Amino acid sequence: MILPRTNVTEEGWGQAIDRLAGGNQTLLGLWGDAGAVFMALFDEKTFDIAVLSYACKDGRYPSVAARHPPANRLERAIRDLFGLEATGAPDTRPWLNLGFWDVRHPLGNQEPAQKPGPYAFLPVEGESLHQIPVGPVHAGIIEPGHFRFTANGEHVVRLEQRLGYVHKGIESLMAGASLADAAKLAGRTSGDSTVAYALAFAQAAEAALEAPPPPRAVHLRALMAELERLANHFGDIGAICNDASFAMMHAQTGILRERVLRTADACFGHRLMMDAIVPGGIARDIAADGLAQVQALLAEIQRAFPRLIELYDNTASLQDRTVTTGIVKADYVRQFGAGGYVGRASGRGFDARRTPGYAPYDALAFEVPVLTAGDVNARVWIRIREVEQSLALVDQILGSLPAGTIHAAVKPNGKTCEGLGLTEAFRGDVLIWLRLDGKGHVERCHMRDASWFHWPLLETAIEGNIVADFPLCNKSFNCSYSGHDL
Amino acid sequence: MRRTLLDSFMRGPLSEPGPKPDEAGLAELAQSVNRAARAKLGRSLSIRQVDAGSCNGCELEIHALNNAFYDLERFGFHFVASPRHADVLMVTGPVTKNMREALLRTYNATPDPKWVIAVGTCAADGGLFAGSYAVAGGVTDVVPVDLTIPGCPPNPKALLAGLLALLQTAS
Repeated sequence: MILPRTNVTEEGWGQAIDRLAGGNQTLLGLWGDAGAVFMALFDEKTFDIAVLSYACKDGRYPSVAARHPPANRLERAIRDLFGLEATGAPDTRPWLNLGFWDVRHPLGNQEPAQKPGPYAFLPVEGESLHQIPVGPVHAGIIEPGHFRFTANGEHVVRLEQRLGYVHKGIESLMAGASLADAAKLAGRTSGDSTVAYALAFAQAAEAALEAPPPPRAVHLRALMAELERLANHFGDIGAICNDASFAMMHAQTGILRERVLRTADACFGHRLMMDAIVPGGIARDIAADGLAQVQALLAEIQRAFPRLIELYDNTASLQDRTVTTGIVKADYVRQFGAGGYVGRASGRGFDARRTPGYAPYDALAFEVPVLTAGDVNARVWIRIREVEQSLALVDQILGSLPAGTIHAAVKPNGKTCEGLGLTEAFRGDVLIWLRLDGKGHVERCHMRDASWFHWPLLETAIEGNIVADFPLCNKSFNCSYSGHDL
Repeated sequence: MRRTLLDSFMRGPLSEPGPKPDEAGLAELAQSVNRAARAKLGRSLSIRQVDAGSCNGCELEIHALNNAFYDLERFGFHFVASPRHADVLMVTGPVTKNMREALLRTYNATPDPKWVIAVGTCAADGGLFAGSYAVAGGVTDVVPVDLTIPGCPPNPKALLAGLLALLQTAS
């Protein structure tokens, strides 16, 4: 979408913080630029999105986190990457910079690095407490990150996360890259959401260059996005049950996931559909027999999935693990603007496909399931209901697929331009903000995964639960490490 | 539950025949695998997967190896939770500077004889992320690599072909 950016003074910046702290608006993103900070806001009543920028004075800006905690890690990341300081920030520890880079502030003044002191984990006081450090290399086939548990017996008193291990410097690689190269990088920010990222990047580029994609491409993009959602939700439902030692569900949903990936491969030439969405449209049309393949997939899922739902619902030993485990409070979800199944399982019905909404979803019928229990069980049920909605969406897309071209030229327009993309990945909203120079190269691209606002809530969800339930809570969130670390 | 179990039983296995060992992989392994080590391990290898900076795409396809279609364990491979239990380190991603030390420590914690498989284009040479201030390079820039399975990400068949090449060379 094209959004006129408002350059604000210190007063305007302060008013925006007032609106966030007052709960009238939600923080969609906070990121750095050369000598400036940018903020994206979402109005919960009007569904409007606004982007503000504030030119820093002597490399400083008034801290958002001082009055609105969800900005905390974002401000720490801005300092690590740009060297911009948040005045009054409650936490000045590094976040993405773990002390291994040769440069400080790689997107800012690029000073030579200094050896940092040891990282100070938050103090914990009390009787009979012990700490369990976990990671960055974990026990399963998952991404790396460090978890510091403080426990009293079996009960977790505090979890503190330390992330940044898979920081690859994607935003620095994007600066100066061509649109095509930057789109590939966007599609490799979080591999499980490659479609959602490529789509958000394409939306941002098309908005900046005022080049709408052809209708057939818009529909096929949505088909890919729903296939990606189905594959991930099947994987997650099975993996959550597997972490409660119910391997049969994992085996059954693994079959469905594999069938989705094979169909995606047959239709678009890649199992995860990487690089299938490009600025201007899609890279290749659906295979000649693609529609029939997707129809067959729908039939297979509709045959097999209801029985699996019944299996989940009727297995008391499984429910015993998931019900009332890892509860996320509705207040936190609202404050952090948590999207995806984390938000929707705790009463926040935000879905970027609906609000602000984008084509073709405005012309398709679907429901956004919302529950209020906020536990692992609710996050499983949101996924189950979303699988059903995605199946209905795929069916509608197949029935209304327009003919025509799949790509429209995206030409540089000779002047600096900006655009924003917001898409609904399987785990929540992906925000991409883009500035292009007049020659079609990226000047600045910022990507914000839903995980930025999920990770802190996972810390709250585990409190008071037993250590053995952490894998279950963690899997029910399934946060992206790479999407967060960039 | 009984219905689902019965249904699975009646339908028979979904597992497909495995691919032939990867030829390029066999050639690469012929130079690196210590023959003396082969006899010790027999036909069972334990794999410890290490994400050294990937986008998580490779992890998804490595996970798929365990599904009913590929059923990796029938070939004698299984994934283990600790490098102490592992014969094979399966490393994904460009190695980020932030993960370099963790990868080295994991490698050093794995008992000899051991093999390292670099999985994916990023693990081979850093891929699209090569040259970043935050990336140390491919896996081979940090620990010795015995086998490379390229692809972005490599699909489960390619992963299986590479692993079977390792098994053939190592047993």
